[in-house]
Amino acid sequence: MTRVRVVLLALLMVLGLSAFAVACGGDDDGDEGGSPAAKDDVDLTQGQDVTIAVITHGSGDSFWAVAKKGAEDAGKQIGVTVKYSESANDPQKQAQLIDSAVTEKVDGIAVSAPNPDAIRDSLKKATAAGIPIITLNSGAEDYQELGAITHVGQTETIAGEGAGAKLKEAGGKKLLCVIHEQANIGLNQRCDGAKKGFGGEVENLQVKGVDDIQTTLTEIQSKLQSDDAIDAVLALNPDIAIAARDAVKGAGSSAKLATFDLSGDVVKAIQDGEMEFAVDQQQYLQGYLPVVFLTLYKNNANTVGGGQPVLTGPGYVTKDNADTVAKLAEEGTR
Amino acid sequence: MTEAIGGGSPAAAAPAGAPPAPEPVADERLANISLWARLLRRPEVGSLLGALVICAFFWTTTESFGTLSGIANWTDVASTLGIMAVAVALLMIGGEFDLSAGVMTGTTGLLLGLLTTEWGFSMWPAIVVTFAFAALVGFINGYMVIKTRLPSFIVTLATFFVFQGLNLGVTKAVTDTVRVAGLSDVSGYDSASKLFSNTFWSPHNFRLSVVWWIVIAAIATWVLARTRVGNWIFAVGGDANAARNVGVPVARVKIALFMTTAMAAALVGIMVALRLASVQAGQGVGEEFTYIIAAVVGGCLLTGGYGSAIGASLGALIVGMAFIGISFSGWNTDWRFLFLGVILLLAVLVNNLVRHRAEGARR
Repeated sequence: MTRVRVVLLALLMVLGLSAFAVACGGDDDGDEGGSPAAKDDVDLTQGQDVTIAVITHGSGDSFWAVAKKGAEDAGKQIGVTVKYSESANDPQKQAQLIDSAVTEKVDGIAVSAPNPDAIRDSLKKATAAGIPIITLNSGAEDYQELGAITHVGQTETIAGEGAGAKLKEAGGKKLLCVIHEQANIGLNQRCDGAKKGFGGEVENLQVKGVDDIQTTLTEIQSKLQSDDAIDAVLALNPDIAIAARDAVKGAGSSAKLATFDLSGDVVKAIQDGEMEFAVDQQQYLQGYLPVVFLTLYKNNANTVGGGQPVLTGPGYVTKDNADTVAKLAEEGTR
Repeated sequence: MTEAIGGGSPAAAAPAGAPPAPEPVADERLANISLWARLLRRPEVGSLLGALVICAFFWTTTESFGTLSGIANWTDVASTLGIMAVAVALLMIGGEFDLSAGVMTGTTGLLLGLLTTEWGFSMWPAIVVTFAFAALVGFINGYMVIKTRLPSFIVTLATFFVFQGLNLGVTKAVTDTVRVAGLSDVSGYDSASKLFSNTFWSPHNFRLSVVWWIVIAAIATWVLARTRVGNWIFAVGGDANAARNVGVPVARVKIALFMTTAMAAALVGIMVALRLASVQAGQGVGEEFTYIIAAVVGGCLLTGGYGSAIGASLGALIVGMAFIGISFSGWNTDWRFLFLGVILLLAVLVNNLVRHRAEGARR
């Protein structure tokens, strides 16, 4: 009994302390009045260094890990603070993250725009506050209307078309296009593009996604088993591509496999001949370049792109250039 | 079949209000419970403690967290979460789960979007239809749980999957994409936004959903603490059979709770749809656990019969503060879930301790 009482007492003390801390914090900050001298100091030092917020719809998978590394490397190399955050494909969260960046008065916002409607209001607040915007990865059609300086990414339909054409070249007759995120319009655009480039029969398959690779693998495998006319598979994410490779093996299928985007495993699979090629949108650049561009805009009023998007892809990684890319992919920059 | 039909039965388990006359002389048989002990036995203690610590931490370590605009940011995140957490807390106190609560925010948003942009409804009739639909889904959930006597965990998991599939399938079939867009062009959008999704107090731009949240939490607290229905909710969650034996309409209370949760989801779904002027087919999936986490951090027991709406709101506030606070701090967001997990664990440990204490005293 006494022991419990001691614990409770300790809890109470923490409670009291924290309440005290809140009160103190409030004094320090003093939204209006407060101590103006201290506030000026802070603002002055802040004016000297640049802070760029990078807000994507990623969910920590290997694709976005590379883009994140690009943003962070850019920050380190040119000496600006980069705040990278992800919304895990939740548009409301992304809007809220943009709002919080505006509150912080960052010097620039780089944002992926898979659902432009959802973040339009928040981006309006940013432009109203004089914060420059660059869209990255998704949003090639909407960046101007969203008020962005430029867009850094690849055009999904064109990239999909290229992939479809290359798979046709490799001898495919019926293509399975594997969609791994329910609500990402870009993925559907890739499959639509692939359909155009492929010419033959194309079927889309919705799978569980990168959060549940095991289920995804089973889904692809049973699809291949139930329809042996499928002789080409296009994955849209490197993690999904590896699952698709195992599914092709597991189903005893001889389907040709290709993927969007790279990882160390994907490059190795290309080297080993298990995969035909990977469409590389070089997402390292999608993290890196916006940070550089926004810093240039902030410090030197430069605009890059001349009002056109800056394309980072598509490039193709095949058996020929896989060795070079392999080393870089293992370092997490490709 | 399973319950005595006795709606407004006079044998209401507990009186609505009317405190007994105060005893003039101290009775030595009654334990003297100190104010501190009574305070500590509140289900909210764990979450209040957590909220204060986290607030103090981010307030002192970041510049923007304590500004009015910063507060507007984290109350925004907490508000839609809080509305759901309060409804889910009521349901959990009543002894049931609703795993379809998250996906329902997407389903109702999509329904609103499809009704208005594809099927020619104007905004207000569509909102009415959406609420009615949600009430029906809640009723079906509740009815199935009561009739089949299966755990609500299983029944609503099924509903969850059904709607996850419907959301994507119907959206794709109707719009050929994975989202419904263009809500801002529908007649009635502006007036509906004024009620559900606009901001107030420019330039800080607090969200209207924050007001909705506070009002809903206040009503839920009043219902739980001061009304007969509130007593019924605690009773059905504590021991459904005992409650039935004293004349509580168990089935009706539980079904009403499921309907409340589904309609709260409709409210949030409508708010999000109006705010974003578009709805994604994957909206809300996975959020159901955040609601349950908020309710549990706020002192709800997984076994039912105990909890509070204020606690659930504080739980939602913690999640909101952590989300924005981490963003302000510029921490590596890879670690966000670790942070949430630790908070959940700590809050639950405190609740557990307090509950043992409270039960020990009751003997």
